[in-house]
Amino acid sequence: MTLAAMVSTERQPKKLEYLKGYLARNPSLAIGIFMVGFLILFSLLGSFFVDERMAQPLSALPSQPPGLNLLFGSDTQGRNLFAVLVYGTWLTVRLGLIAGAIGILIGGSLGFISAYFGGWTDRIINFSTDVLLTVPALLILVIIASAFKDGMTPTMMALIIAALAWRRPARQIRAQVLVMRNAGYVDTARISGAGPFEIIFFELVPNLMPYLVASFVTAVSAAVLASIGLEAMGLGPQNAPTLGMSIYYMMNFSAFLLKMWWWIIPPIAALIILFVGLYLINTGLDELANPRLRRRA
Amino acid sequence: MYLIYLTKRLIMLFLVVVTAATLNFFIPRLSDKNPVLEKITEMSESSAPGSVNMQELLVIFNERFGLDKPLMQQYFDYLGDMLTLDLNYSITSYPTRVADMILGALPWTLGLMVTATLIAFLLGSVLGALTVWRKDMRLLQFFVPVVMVFSAIPFYLIGLILIYFLAYKGGYFPIGGGYSLTAFPAWDWDFISDVLYHSILPGASIVVASIGIWALGMRGMMVTVQGEDYMNFAEAKGLKNRRMFLRYAVRNAILPQVTQLALFMGQLVTGAILVEIVFGYPGMGSLLLQAVDYLDYYTIYGIVFVLILAVALSMLILDLFYPLLDPRTRSHRA
Repeated sequence: MTLAAMVSTERQPKKLEYLKGYLARNPSLAIGIFMVGFLILFSLLGSFFVDERMAQPLSALPSQPPGLNLLFGSDTQGRNLFAVLVYGTWLTVRLGLIAGAIGILIGGSLGFISAYFGGWTDRIINFSTDVLLTVPALLILVIIASAFKDGMTPTMMALIIAALAWRRPARQIRAQVLVMRNAGYVDTARISGAGPFEIIFFELVPNLMPYLVASFVTAVSAAVLASIGLEAMGLGPQNAPTLGMSIYYMMNFSAFLLKMWWWIIPPIAALIILFVGLYLINTGLDELANPRLRRRA
Repeated sequence: MYLIYLTKRLIMLFLVVVTAATLNFFIPRLSDKNPVLEKITEMSESSAPGSVNMQELLVIFNERFGLDKPLMQQYFDYLGDMLTLDLNYSITSYPTRVADMILGALPWTLGLMVTATLIAFLLGSVLGALTVWRKDMRLLQFFVPVVMVFSAIPFYLIGLILIYFLAYKGGYFPIGGGYSLTAFPAWDWDFISDVLYHSILPGASIVVASIGIWALGMRGMMVTVQGEDYMNFAEAKGLKNRRMFLRYAVRNAILPQVTQLALFMGQLVTGAILVEIVFGYPGMGSLLLQAVDYLDYYTIYGIVFVLILAVALSMLILDLFYPLLDPRTRSHRA
């Protein structure tokens, strides 16, 4: 038996085991995945029990405290708050995924192009990223969102957020590619006659995978952060029960003065689980992407 | 060398401000909404029928705001206005100038933000430094991961939690506002203490949410600094622990923290805006929210421009002062 075959038979059955072992050594990744997974599962299972229309105003008696019929009560406009939490969580996660994916796609491409080709291309891309990174994103998003507030849908919101989500990935991926560009295997590929796109897609991207995943999670959490911020200002999709809009309504219709605790706690709790979960996944992935940070087993 | 660096930085500042101002100008124009028309419709609805000639008013308003000129002409007028800090009039509260509205709100925001940020910066840096220096303090080792998790939560959510537990449940603090409704604004102790009392919760939410950022950065730098030769030298000289900590370790570790402070300004501004909205604090955030609610573009333009200018300027100032703080960066440039 050759050495390679020995190694492969050794490794195959232990893959799951290895993953388990890795998660045990990287608790922050495990806890983070658990927290975000819990939210997604809650929203998925919840959608079997409540209809999306129940998250709209006038679907339930207004201002009801939690009870058997209304698990989380209702707000002053008669939204079933359990349904709001179920669909709001999903909308928020979905928005983060869309905006994060677009951000990493555009940002990643710019980063690759900029670092790989260098010269004036690099200078122009890098400079525009620099300038745009200095501008506080939320302020620009406020202008965009206030101009297109009427008739905004959650998907539109995701696209608006994505308009600025590419800056950080572009910067981070450029830095990584700059390091990798001169690696031995890239030179080998170049000498073998591989074109720039072949090198980018078959040599660089696979090697950057852990890094790209980490960047993606960062982009998702930044997108969620921005969207909740905009929605809490009332600039989100007006007819969708997103978590941020829920916070906006709660503040605007003075839930604190009405002492409606069931209106206040759920969206805040869901958002905190989401943010802390994403943060922990991020920290965990950081360790995966930079093995130097890895703890000794 | 320094002059080239300075010019480069100034060009960068100029470009950042112009880019932001350009986005600020063109994005609202992409919308088919017309704030002037809305203002006039509202005016005609609230006055006796027939008393307002809408067509005539529209022409007058458009002329007043320069909206009848070609778009490019408007753009250059606008750029000129912004660069000379002429922020025009508010559309919703017409005779009021945007600059006056901002001047009324800015002290609140600056007072709250600068104080809270400095407190968080100091507490976080000390905390981060001590976790590395005093490995024997168990409680400290537990504390830092906790505040780091807090830094993942946005300011305003922490604000809402604080309101829930300390104002709504506990009743120790007011739920919102900059000062009590019954208070009379004046420069006396009663009013000042009232303002301070109202600023505790919003300030605390900024501190709680950002302390972890500084603690983490400081911890990383302290670990690096501890491995340096001069630390061994100081120890060999038999210096007191306290002197080694303050003069040798912290003094060197704090420099990157100061850079971070500048980089975080942008984030702090936007974070503080939402804190103000949550607490109903009478600063720039609340002003922006009002402007957004009424689609008062000129006020939005003005607020966004002033905030961007503040962020860009604070970064420039820090960049320029950095060589004074860190002699090593000076020698590099010479």
